[in-house]
Amino acid sequence: MRAGIVVFPGINRERDMAIALEASTGRKPRMIWHRETDLSGLDLIVVPGGFSYGDYLRCGAMAAQSPVMSEIRAHADRGGHVLGVCNGMQILTEAGLLPGAMLRNAGLRFLSMDCHLRVERADTAFTGRYRAGEVFRAPMAHGDGNFFADDDTLDRLEGEGLVAFRYATPEGAIVREANLNGSSRNIAGVYSANLRVLGLMPHPEDLVDPLMGGTDGKPLFDGLAAALAA
Amino acid sequence: MKATVTIMLKAGVLDPQGKAIGQALHGLGFGSVGEVRAGKVIELELAETDPSQARSQAEEMARKLLANQVIESFKVDIS
Repeated sequence: MRAGIVVFPGINRERDMAIALEASTGRKPRMIWHRETDLSGLDLIVVPGGFSYGDYLRCGAMAAQSPVMSEIRAHADRGGHVLGVCNGMQILTEAGLLPGAMLRNAGLRFLSMDCHLRVERADTAFTGRYRAGEVFRAPMAHGDGNFFADDDTLDRLEGEGLVAFRYATPEGAIVREANLNGSSRNIAGVYSANLRVLGLMPHPEDLVDPLMGGTDGKPLFDGLAAALAA
Repeated sequence: MKATVTIMLKAGVLDPQGKAIGQALHGLGFGSVGEVRAGKVIELELAETDPSQARSQAEEMARKLLANQVIESFKVDIS
């Protein structure tokens, strides 16, 4: 699998992402500066976390209009895979590659802590190394992670199986107490209609080595490496 | 011309910032304050001299960048 990581000004999680991708694929991912427009030859494009353009206007709003975004859109239209984490998810929703929008956390606080995610389906390129219903731990670090979509859109996402992960208790219960940022229906991650674009707020790339305190996030990258092996 | 774009969260979208401001106002003794909603105002200086052209330009900017219509609504005032 050949992966590329998009780097916008203000992004700060690209190196963690590179470590996670290299550990699973054995290849160093390509770093893509936001002014680049040639993304040919890549199987996976990752939009990492951080604070692109200082989060001005709305988180991800500026990055969503940058030159590289139209190439990412073309890659997605060709059926290419895209992963957005944290600010990356905000950017992908702002760009319209994913449904919904991200609001300020319901409690207004920046949340930096571990959370637990329930895997809603295990038959996508991103989740093949998890089991459906499995719960894994992931660190979260965001101020605007409150996923919002109107009820019709939420019903459609659920009906079409486009909810990727939900905030859960360690035992897998989908309850309000586990939904720290107030997201609609505990949604922590969503897919595009063709299941090839995934966005999630927590950081699986930060738990891929025992030295980091756990390997809960590693199956996501191992699964991608296996699904997109070339 | 000057275009003033006012952007507000749509009705039905939780506005925690507005809520916090409302609570602070109550704490200051302004007990009569009901719901508080917080938004943003963006002023644009436009070279355009025709008001209706200026309006449609500002509206296009709002749709493309200034507002996220999944969660926000906007209104444009021209002066």
